[in-house]
Amino acid sequence: MARITASVFTSHVPAIGAALDLGKTHEPYWQQVFAGYDYGKQWIKEQKPDVIFLVYNDHATAFSLDLIPTFAIGTAADYVVADEGFGPRPVPKVEGHPELAAHIAQSVIQQDFDLTIVNKMEVDHGLTVPLSLMFGQKDPVKDSWPCKVIPFAVNVVQYPVPSGRRCYNLGQAIRKAIESYDEDLNVQIWGTGGMSHQLQGPRAGLINREWDNAWLDKLIDDPEACAAVPHIDYVREAGSEGIELVMWLIARGAMADVAGGPKPVLKQRFYHVPASNTAVGHAILENPAA
Amino acid sequence: MSLDKPYLDVPGTTIFDAEQSRKGYWLNQFCMSLMKPENRARFKAGERAYLDEWAMSEDQKLAVLARDLNRCIGLGGNIYFLAKIGSTDGKSFQQMAGSMTGMTEEEYRDMMIKGGRSAEGNRVVGEDGDAQAHRQPQGKH
Repeated sequence: MARITASVFTSHVPAIGAALDLGKTHEPYWQQVFAGYDYGKQWIKEQKPDVIFLVYNDHATAFSLDLIPTFAIGTAADYVVADEGFGPRPVPKVEGHPELAAHIAQSVIQQDFDLTIVNKMEVDHGLTVPLSLMFGQKDPVKDSWPCKVIPFAVNVVQYPVPSGRRCYNLGQAIRKAIESYDEDLNVQIWGTGGMSHQLQGPRAGLINREWDNAWLDKLIDDPEACAAVPHIDYVREAGSEGIELVMWLIARGAMADVAGGPKPVLKQRFYHVPASNTAVGHAILENPAA
Repeated sequence: MSLDKPYLDVPGTTIFDAEQSRKGYWLNQFCMSLMKPENRARFKAGERAYLDEWAMSEDQKLAVLARDLNRCIGLGGNIYFLAKIGSTDGKSFQQMAGSMTGMTEEEYRDMMIKGGRSAEGNRVVGEDGDAQAHRQPQGKH
């Protein structure tokens, strides 16, 4: 049977991708960011996931204002890396897992979550920056990502966006779906975006270190309470774009303890300000082996 | 029936909701067109003529020509769409975000390195934080 072995949480700041792509990783400004991922890079080499279910948001890349789905699951065999205005990031194309993705879509929709099934989609920094942070730099032609990826795009751009509670419940449905798949697969679920940041208006640049860390405490130890945080708290306390954090609750909801299993083990926790306009947060939770 | 919009009293902030999205449809779709290199080149070669190909309001066109991102957002623009104009101009996201605060690029960058803007006084309209209307524009330049 397929099983969810761990969840990974990380910001997906585009400037992190640019720093990698432009060879700035040794500059002191960026060293402080990348140092937080040294552990994760080593950890994931040992974990060897077969598939990553990667929760992220599209930033006006694949979805224009013609159509923005609330929850979209990628069922394609592969995904082209998008040109977001500076040319595509020089990273390998992303290989999907159409069979597992279709299985998850079938199961989750039958659990009353209305997913949009996407067979063709370009992916932006929201998806590729987390891959780069955890797997390091890869040559776009000679290399490939070491595992399959199922992109799961959440609308956090056009309000109203889904609530933390809904995301948390959706994570539980995704867990059921993955664990009912017959093939023996090591699956990780990643929640990305955040932490506090605001990119618009005279309040741009807002960061809230205390709130971010208190929220992260709750995410790890009391996810029920974390799921109860209303939208307006994210906006007031963590900035208008801090709302991306609801996506972390999808990954958290898919962990074993939420379904009555053992508590996850915290393998890594990191927080740093700033990367460009944003507070960078990162955590790794592992489900204890059954 | 009134709608639940608890975010209207957050200072210095416009939440891109269904109403803003409706107002900004063509403005944002124009921005989206700049993801293609050939469109970026055409826009740079003649901004006004390129904008006239879109069903945008005159106010929206003038706000784009002035690169007044606060005005663009007020008229229905969304920052992730507007960022395509910045990319076309060769601006980083930090330069774009900073341009909305009245601070110089250096002032804004330094604020971020020092831990960013505090939420204190900036949660609700009427407090005394630096993002409040009565303290605009920010910066000492």
